[in-house]
Amino acid sequence: MKLELQAVAARHPAARPGAAPALQPLTLRIGAGEQLAVIGPSGAGKTTLLQVLACALPPADGTYTLDGTDPWTLPRRALQRLRGRLFLAPQVPPLPPRQRVVTAVLAGRLPAMGLWASLRSLLLPQDIPAAHEALAQFDLEEKLFERVDRLSGGERQRVGLARALLSPAALWLVDEPLSALDPTRSQQAIATLVAQARARGVTLVGTLHQVDTALAHFPRIVGLRDGALAFDLPAAQVTRAHLTQLYAQHEHELLGAPPAPFGAAEPAAAPAVMHCR
Amino acid sequence: MTTLAAPTRDPAWTGRVFWFCAALVVTWPLLVAAEFRPWILFQAENMKVTRQFLGSFLPPAHDPEFLAMIAREAWRTVAIATAGLVLALLIAVPLAIVSTHVLSVSALAGRMARGPFWLRQLVRWLLIVLRSVPELVWALVFVRVVGLGPTAGVLAIALTYGGMLGKVYGEILESGQTQPTQTLLRNGSSRLQALCYGLLPQNATELTSYTVYRWECAIRSSVVLGFVGAGGLGQQLDNSMRMFNGGEVATMLLVFIALVALADRLSATLRRMLG
Repeated sequence: MKLELQAVAARHPAARPGAAPALQPLTLRIGAGEQLAVIGPSGAGKTTLLQVLACALPPADGTYTLDGTDPWTLPRRALQRLRGRLFLAPQVPPLPPRQRVVTAVLAGRLPAMGLWASLRSLLLPQDIPAAHEALAQFDLEEKLFERVDRLSGGERQRVGLARALLSPAALWLVDEPLSALDPTRSQQAIATLVAQARARGVTLVGTLHQVDTALAHFPRIVGLRDGALAFDLPAAQVTRAHLTQLYAQHEHELLGAPPAPFGAAEPAAAPAVMHCR
Repeated sequence: MTTLAAPTRDPAWTGRVFWFCAALVVTWPLLVAAEFRPWILFQAENMKVTRQFLGSFLPPAHDPEFLAMIAREAWRTVAIATAGLVLALLIAVPLAIVSTHVLSVSALAGRMARGPFWLRQLVRWLLIVLRSVPELVWALVFVRVVGLGPTAGVLAIALTYGGMLGKVYGEILESGQTQPTQTLLRNGSSRLQALCYGLLPQNATELTSYTVYRWECAIRSSVVLGFVGAGGLGQQLDNSMRMFNGGEVATMLLVFIALVALADRLSATLRRMLG
């Protein structure tokens, strides 16, 4: 899938009217099958950029086209069909705690399934081998029939990535896919993602905190800082100077561990509901 | 660098005291308006009446013929409550799904579009109308239309409880974590797929326990409906009350306690299974 951003600015829907946009006017062209890592310090607008690319957030300014069409001019139904060809993996894996892993992974296929097929699959998972295969890519095949809430934070994150392998999407957008993984798992997970995307001809855009990993696995690197494009270079041309400048005043992120992974701060239990009885 | 001294008082304290006092000031006229005078209960002659009535409860009626009749009527009460609740579910589930804004596709990117917004508002109003008419009133209406008997009770429960369940289901669906559902919608799933793969697994226990609790309420309310001729245990209770037969009243109250306890166990078991 070919993406084109023409002077696209974006602000978070909940932002105050006067606040600076999370994404300054940005022009970017991503070809079909290209693999690109977005790096930059926290708050640089990486997640916002992914949301714009995923048609989750309409640009406040400028135009965004996917294969030549502007998604926001499409009727709602066509837009939803288009969204079925995109896969956005949020940083916190979107898995209901009481669901089984097999169901959670197969949920990646939903856009390609009819309602009846998906209901049937809820009772009797329709393509267990495919789910097994996808999990095996991330070394999780023995967790196939476990419940999501029995998994560790890192395992959940990899289940979230395994879902991508089952989705009918032509564009994968992964937000901080490694934030809860240890270094070995990180390397393995990112290598799998990149290899699978290449094998399927899928366009891959990932935001990463681990600069070295990004440079090692992605051919093209985009640096974002304060919502603006700092550089857009082939990985081989990214120098230490680029990175020092990109992370100025945020050096700890460049050198050390990524900021608190979500696994450390599990989302608190859902608030108790007080119903009118 | 100077360090600030540790704060000695909680800035929220004044506000809390204020709202507590305000609540007292507001409550007092309400109690006066409601003619709330609990001490009347403890006046000598009232105590005597209470003692007599409660004294007649003992021993509870227990001749076999009466017990058989009670068993039959209790079964009928459970049947009215269950049938009413099933019909209520048929009303509530579709309306809750339509009204919940977690499943809005247009709201994924900021504001909900106007059409869907007004549709949801309309469904909300429909739910308000359904539940703001008490089941007793619906029962009185239906007793005239379909005659004395359980049908009136079933229909009355179905309408009122449909409104209540629809509202609360919608709120339960909106109160839990919505991120899994939104992600599914964002990745192109349909609303019903997102419901089945995201929203229901997220909220299954809450929905189940609320449904069982409402079933328990329906049992109680079918008793009240019996008083206006909608059949079941309530009708018998009404008869016994009129004849001041405390023993029979006591037996029926024991049956109610048993039914409510049963619903409680059922809810606990289901929650554990879904846990």
